[in-house]
This record gives sequence, structure tokens and C-alpha cells, in this order.
Amino acid sequence: MVPVSYYLLLAAALFALGVTGIFLNRKNVIILLMCIELMLLAVNFNFIAFSRMLEDLVGQVFVFFILTVAAAEAAIGLAILVVLFRSRRSINVDDLDTLKG
Amino acid sequence: MIGHVLFFALAAVLLSAAIGVITSRNPVHSAMFLVLAFFISAGLWLLLEAEFLAIVLVLVYVGAVMVLFLFVVMMLDLNLTRLREGFARYAPLGVVLSLVIVALLANVFWFRAQDTPLMVTPELRSADVSNTRELGSVLYTEHVYAFELAAVILLVAIVAAITLTMRRRPGLKVQDVAKQVAVRREDRVRVVKMDAEKE
Repeated sequence: MVPVSYYLLLAAALFALGVTGIFLNRKNVIILLMCIELMLLAVNFNFIAFSRMLEDLVGQVFVFFILTVAAAEAAIGLAILVVLFRSRRSINVDDLDTLKG
Repeated sequence: MIGHVLFFALAAVLLSAAIGVITSRNPVHSAMFLVLAFFISAGLWLLLEAEFLAIVLVLVYVGAVMVLFLFVVMMLDLNLTRLREGFARYAPLGVVLSLVIVALLANVFWFRAQDTPLMVTPELRSADVSNTRELGSVLYTEHVYAFELAAVILLVAIVAAITLTMRRRPGLKVQDVAKQVAVRREDRVRVVKMDAEKE
């Protein structure tokens, strides 16, 4: 077994990569959703590492619920994306400025 | 020792896959890299002895969510060159920001938390401990309301996704069952009287 802090650092790096991805792919909504999934994965890593360290299963229960909510979020997000593409023929964030003043 | 080797190997692949997700030109490649990242994460969770969650990650994420992503990516006809505009312009900002995040979190883990048990290596549990059984015994007793709530959230997600994407297209040839049932014989059958033909 490796120390818990290694896992925490790995999760930090993964989270940072997710944030970087949001900056890099500002135009593409699909990649933005994937970056959100990456960040949620990093958070789950933290929960599981701390659950292991503290010998407390509540952390793993919480990861279970995060997985549920993330799956629901991905499904609804992709459904919105499909509807958006039908009406706009584009998923570029720059084209979605109808409400801009 | 073998735990260290496994951890560093899996961690290296995981971070490479994450870099692949955010830098790929093609969204399909990004999705496949994300699938790889989920598989590797499942392996790392196995190392942390969270076996049930590792299997759930593979089943739910790789089996359902990523397939959904791939479906949507392939269904949409994307203009990739327009979507990649500004990629290089914002790259330095993103890299700097990610380095700042890693530095801040590493500072917390390694320097602020020296006297907390963060550097402690957890003991391996014995082979007959069942993670699934333990998780179930907590999930269905203490957290049963949250569990039901999660089920309701999934139901809401199903209904929302279907109502969002269902559309009625005009001019589509579909059956109207009510009309079919309500039809009467007089509407369809016409009896024609005519004389018998003679040679």
C-alpha cells in the first residue's frame, strides 16, 4: 500500500487537468462535459482515499451517490446538447449567445 | 513494494489518459481516453480496497455513460476546426492555473498536514472482508433515505432526458390506434349493386 497522500496528490493532478481542459476546450460543449466528469472522478478519489484512511465507509457511500448524480447529470446534459444541436446545427459555445444583452 | 509499482504505473497511465482527453483533436478520441481513465481509476480503487465502487465505475461509467457520450459525439455532425479555435491562445492560462491548483493542494497535503495521519500507509485488510457486504449494510440501514432519493433522481433524469429529446415531426406516417378502433363498417366498405354479366 502507498500512503494516502499519494492518492490525494494524484486526485489533485487529475482535478487540475480537468480545470485545464475546461480552459483549453472552451468552444466544445462535449469536451466540457468530459472535463466535468474528470473533475468528479478526482473528487471521488479523495473521498475513497479518506474513507480508507479513516476506516469509515461513509466516504464510499458518498462516492456511490456522486456516481448516481453524475450519471444523471451526464444524461440530461447530453439530452440538452442534442436538442441544442437540432435547433442550432452547432454546439459551439460562441453560437449560444442569444440571451446576451 | 508491488503496491508502489502498481500505483505509480496506473497513476502514470491515468494522468496520460487525462491529458489525452483534454488535448485530442477528435472528440471520439477524447471519449476513448476517458474510457481508459475510468478503467485505470477502477484499478486504483481496487488498490484502495473499494472493490464494489471499482466494479460500479466500470459498469456505470464505461458501460453506460461513456457509450452515451460516444453515441452523441457520433450523432452530431461537428465542425471540428471551428471548435478548436482559441485552443493555443488559452493554453498558457490553463497550464498556469492547473499548476497553481496542484501547488496549493500539495501544500495542504505535505506541509500543512505533517502532524495528521495523511502520510500513514493503511494496513491491508484480510482477504475475507467483503467490501460489498459492508457497504450494503451501511447503505440500506443508515443511508436508506439518501438511497431512495438517489433512485428518485435517476427517475427524474430518465423522464427529463426522454421529454427533452422526444419530438413530434409533422407529416410522419404513424398509426392512430384510437381512429383505427373507432372506425365503422360504413366508412370503409361500399356495396355496389350490379347486374350479372351475360355472354
